[in-house]
Amino acid sequence: MSTVTYRPSACPACDAAPAAEALAGRAALPNARLLLSVPEVHCAGCIATIERDLSRMEGVNSARLNLTLKRLSVDAAAAVGVQDVIARLDRLGYDAHELDAGTLSMTETDKQGRELLMRLGVAGFAMMNIMLLSVAVWSGAEGATRDMFHLISALIAIPTVAFSGQPFFRGAMKGLRAGRMDMDAPISFAIILTLIISIYETLQSGEHAYFEAVVMLIFFLLAGRYLDFRARAVARSAAQELAALEVPRAIRLADGVESTVSVAELAVGDLVLVRPGGRVPVDGVVTAGKSEIDRSLLTGETLPVYAAEGSALSAGEVNLTGPLTVRVTAAGKDSSLHRMADLVANAESARTRYTTLAERAARAYAPTIPLLSIGAFIVWMYISGGDLRLAVNIAAATLIITCPCALGLAVPAVVTAASGKLFRKGLLIKDGSALERLAEVDTVVFDKTGTLTMGTPVPVNLDDHTETQMRVALALAAASSHPLAQALAQALHDRGVSPVPLDAVQEVPGYGIEGDWNGARVRLGRAAWVGATPREMTAAYLGIGTACDAFTFTDALRPGAEDVVKGLQAQGKAVLLVSGDVPGAVRDLAQRLGIADWHAEALPQDKADRVAALQDAGHKVLMVGDGLNDTVALSAAHVSISPASALDAARAASDMVLLGRDIAPIADAIRIAGQSTRRIRENFVQSGLYNIIFVPIALLGFATPLWAAAVMSISSITVTLNALRLK
Amino acid sequence: MEVLTILIPVSLFLGLVGLAAFLWTLRKGMYDDPDGDSQRILNAQYDDAPKPVKRGDS
Repeated sequence: MSTVTYRPSACPACDAAPAAEALAGRAALPNARLLLSVPEVHCAGCIATIERDLSRMEGVNSARLNLTLKRLSVDAAAAVGVQDVIARLDRLGYDAHELDAGTLSMTETDKQGRELLMRLGVAGFAMMNIMLLSVAVWSGAEGATRDMFHLISALIAIPTVAFSGQPFFRGAMKGLRAGRMDMDAPISFAIILTLIISIYETLQSGEHAYFEAVVMLIFFLLAGRYLDFRARAVARSAAQELAALEVPRAIRLADGVESTVSVAELAVGDLVLVRPGGRVPVDGVVTAGKSEIDRSLLTGETLPVYAAEGSALSAGEVNLTGPLTVRVTAAGKDSSLHRMADLVANAESARTRYTTLAERAARAYAPTIPLLSIGAFIVWMYISGGDLRLAVNIAAATLIITCPCALGLAVPAVVTAASGKLFRKGLLIKDGSALERLAEVDTVVFDKTGTLTMGTPVPVNLDDHTETQMRVALALAAASSHPLAQALAQALHDRGVSPVPLDAVQEVPGYGIEGDWNGARVRLGRAAWVGATPREMTAAYLGIGTACDAFTFTDALRPGAEDVVKGLQAQGKAVLLVSGDVPGAVRDLAQRLGIADWHAEALPQDKADRVAALQDAGHKVLMVGDGLNDTVALSAAHVSISPASALDAARAASDMVLLGRDIAPIADAIRIAGQSTRRIRENFVQSGLYNIIFVPIALLGFATPLWAAAVMSISSITVTLNALRLK
Repeated sequence: MEVLTILIPVSLFLGLVGLAAFLWTLRKGMYDDPDGDSQRILNAQYDDAPKPVKRGDS
């Protein structure tokens, strides 16, 4: 999560501008709209707690929680920062991520969804009204009455088709222009042809008109299309919102003057200031300052690395303790971040495009629709000795019955049910075909740091220390922002330890913290600086006078890590652990979780190679990772998942994002994916079955509009019900 | 059968009223948060008086 947020409305210079003064007459401060993703909300209690608490917060006008999207919108004075709201939510016990309000407020996708829903509504109402008239015809209206009913139906159906049918006509035009035959072309063909034939029949006072069937077809197909659209839109906007977190900015030093510039403007040789807690924006060499560097996102190492004059830094690393001045050695395309992006692009192009079940079905089925009806037309022309009207009527009946109403619902209904289920568990599907790919997985590769662990240290041997040692350690640790110190301070504070009073406390960047206690020098920091013998694991060393002691740390396990490994193994999946960390740490974790197959000190390319090798051996690999060093492997794998805390690049490369803190839903996700793929296949079989039964009836000329309407609605309803069986 | 000349326009009119109502609910964003709306009914906050309308709210 970024700690620095850039909001134009918070800029004081803008308030002073003349244009803003005119506005200020109406409102003292321009209000800002903050959007946050709150993945853990689930009930009325959450809504009430959050909304009530936030509306009591200073400067907040109103807060509204959308439970469907798990999104909180806060209307507040410009002075209220996103960090304040996130901190407040954290106190209430909810995790939150900031979203970019600009891209989400009223996006193109929202408009599209509303438009589709409107077309669906019009088709629905037209369908009901025509059906009223059709029922009268079917129950025996004759002569002039029937003709009038047909005429009124036509008057309703024609504008409805013209309005609601547009998505299909547009899709068909696009497809035909590109020279391919997808589902839209036969659908449009069927809609228009049946409508024309029905109008002609009406004018000839014929017995059969298919107005209700045409409108019903549009209605069901639009319903499928809307579900499909919504599943994708929710995923897309949420992926965008997560990506909107980090602004690539850097502080450039020119003649001792600091200026904030975009990373793209930096050139080789520029001096850049990296503050403690900030991310290194470019590749470079330290020219001044001492600090420690957290490389975990790049390499998976949990132990901070010492950096001083002459140390080489890579873009993406995090500066921990002291300010560093860095001379840029590679910017833009040449930086290591970009080289990683190139590797990702290579891996992605190597991955063959996945053909979904729906695409395969459409490809096989699309040509049969016009072929069957043209065949019926020719055969009946021959049999009846040139009775054009009879042949056309039978062709129309065949067309409307073969039209893949249930097929259009078969996939979206299941995908909507499944992605809704996964979303409630905290998993967001970014790519529509990910669910099907996930169902095929037989091997799961985990990254360690930040994925199976939280990437935050937890002290383990507090009980080995005396009360005095702990009190001194707390006093020192509380004065530092180093992650080990903060973790130690938090743990000691939670134990109820009270700090001793210290004098002359100061942080020595890159080494640790020191102070005076009753005249004795006390230090907390690196082993060599404190005078202790270094241990093999992550540790902070405490020196009181000449006596030394070590606080050792372990990486906190991510909640659900044990469950997910057990769950996957119970499902018969092979589980691997591949990390860039040192062998000791990786072995400990692997043993703790019961993973037999582990690999340490893996470079980004090693991870990708291992995934590629597994896939070449015929395995379908799910990669779960969060760091930059995982991105190549994430995009090379058959399907990939990253936690929301991961870097942009990792989230962008993966197919699903884990919103919550808990990693356990992954095992469930594979089960649900398998189940939903089974449902999709069942749906195909089911709608195919209807065709096998009713197409011969239509071809023989027995099908009436009543048949067509009944078959269409029954098959659509059974397909939808089957999708809802998903557990 | 003369009654049809009244009934058919009436049924069409009612259909259109329904459609207009649907489009109105759509424009007002009543389908934006179905899960939340079903939960909000359990909230006792505005049981006695409706939520006050604020200036500038849209």
